[in-house]
Amino acid sequence: MTCLPELVPGQKKLGLVIDLDTCVGCQSCATNCKEWNTSGMSAPLPDFNAYSAGAEGVWFNRVHSYEAGEGAAGKTVHFPRSCLHCENAACVTVCPTGASYKRAEDGIVLVDADKCIGCQLCAWACAYGAREFDEDEGVMKKCTLCVDRIYNENIPEAQRQPACVNSCPTGARHFGDLGDPESDVSKLVAARGGFELMPEMDYKPVNRYLPPRKHVVPEQGKPVEDAPTPMDIKSSLLRFMDKVLTR
Amino acid sequence: MKPAGSIVFFTVASGAGYGLLFWLGLLGAGGLIGGDGIFVLTVLALALVLITAGLCASLTHLGNPQRAWRALSQWRSSWLSREGVAAVITYIPAIGSGLCVLGGAYGWAVLLAFVAALCSLATVYCTSMIYASLKPIKEWAHPLVPAGYVILSLFSGAALLATLMALVGEDPSVPALQALVFGGLGAGLKWQYWRSIDTARPLATLGSATGLDRIGTTRPLDPPHTEANYIMREMGFRVARKHALSLRKITLWAGLALPALLAACSLVIAGPLAALLLLVATLLALAGLLLERWLMFAEATHTVTLFYRGT
Repeated sequence: MTCLPELVPGQKKLGLVIDLDTCVGCQSCATNCKEWNTSGMSAPLPDFNAYSAGAEGVWFNRVHSYEAGEGAAGKTVHFPRSCLHCENAACVTVCPTGASYKRAEDGIVLVDADKCIGCQLCAWACAYGAREFDEDEGVMKKCTLCVDRIYNENIPEAQRQPACVNSCPTGARHFGDLGDPESDVSKLVAARGGFELMPEMDYKPVNRYLPPRKHVVPEQGKPVEDAPTPMDIKSSLLRFMDKVLTR
Repeated sequence: MKPAGSIVFFTVASGAGYGLLFWLGLLGAGGLIGGDGIFVLTVLALALVLITAGLCASLTHLGNPQRAWRALSQWRSSWLSREGVAAVITYIPAIGSGLCVLGGAYGWAVLLAFVAALCSLATVYCTSMIYASLKPIKEWAHPLVPAGYVILSLFSGAALLATLMALVGEDPSVPALQALVFGGLGAGLKWQYWRSIDTARPLATLGSATGLDRIGTTRPLDPPHTEANYIMREMGFRVARKHALSLRKITLWAGLALPALLAACSLVIAGPLAALLLLVATLLALAGLLLERWLMFAEATHTVTLFYRGT
């Protein structure tokens, strides 16, 4: 059913919180995502011309880099882009077959590949470009929030998080329930002023991004010369006199 | 957006077929269709052939066309599903009216053809709403888009019916007048639509898409991948956009205004010359509509291109 599930109070909303302050743009989240998902529930994620010019394929996570601001206040920001598991997910409601759906129990947006006819209307409806068409199988694919990891009792408990979160070397990606104001991720969003992308679309994304911190720019004055230390005085006699006179 | 040839053909062919079916039902109910049963059946068959050819073409756009039947299930939320349901339902009264003509039950035939006319209108409206409901594409989520699809479908259908009536020696003035009216309406609407999308404010900016407007002006530095991908090919279509202005003029004058003018001329000229004028008008209209639908895609911009190009 492609109608959206009704929101109940205290609704569980699993999602990601991505810290743009600490992301270094290393692409490990994208790589680990590809690695896990090409053998997970949406497997395989096809690659075309993998070993020649024009290599391209289906990825659920794309890391852009932007420049923002000017001069000393300007920043280079690395920006991972993936499905935001919107509350108001137009990709779900436009689906004519019921292949696209939003889970009532945790808010994850998924595609049932066996029902997908490959009309690609959902990719058109997504404002964020989160869905990529598998031209090999003729079905739409997208981030599953690693639904086959986060509930998977066959892997150690500490690893029951999305692959992108697991692999991030700087801890820039956080996973949790954004519907619960007391969860770690919700507290992080509140503390750091987390925001949603393209709020004007009214898709109500669940994922949040944390803004880069404002770093204090040092005063651009004249450099101050360091005073000589006792070890700068080579002669032991003069060093002794310096010690006596300094008292 | 990348123009999908199958969908361009589908909306033009089925649009003309539904338009033809609409006028057949409406004018038939008003007793304004001349000719015998054979003529009515021919018109009906042509409408259904156009509709079916378009629907078959649209299936080739699908990654898994053998599952297309599943698209009839989600009519509660999806305009594409509603279009599918409306398209299937339209066949029932349309074929029913044809059978009644064959069986000589003309009263029932007129009634069923009228029902088919209403269903045709509903189907074209559902098609238009598939586009008009896509918020990230401002050229599609535009209030004039549904009106445009309906008016242009009625225009091409009226031109077709007038041509067919003139070819068999019937007086085509009623459908020719409709072709004139809806051609004029269509030209005015497209002119207004293009003026409106040219001056429309962007839906979002790279700053709001990334939230980096908190820091300042945002610009792309490094792309996430060095080669193209599905998103860039499907949503980032830019080829021939530079020719858009001349293509608009050709659509407006050769595809809409000229056929309307030819239909007007046919009103005062009788006989084989009128049939020739209407035939030329119909061919021009259909070619113009193919161009118009191609432009609908080529000129449409998607918010995802903000992430890649910053605009």
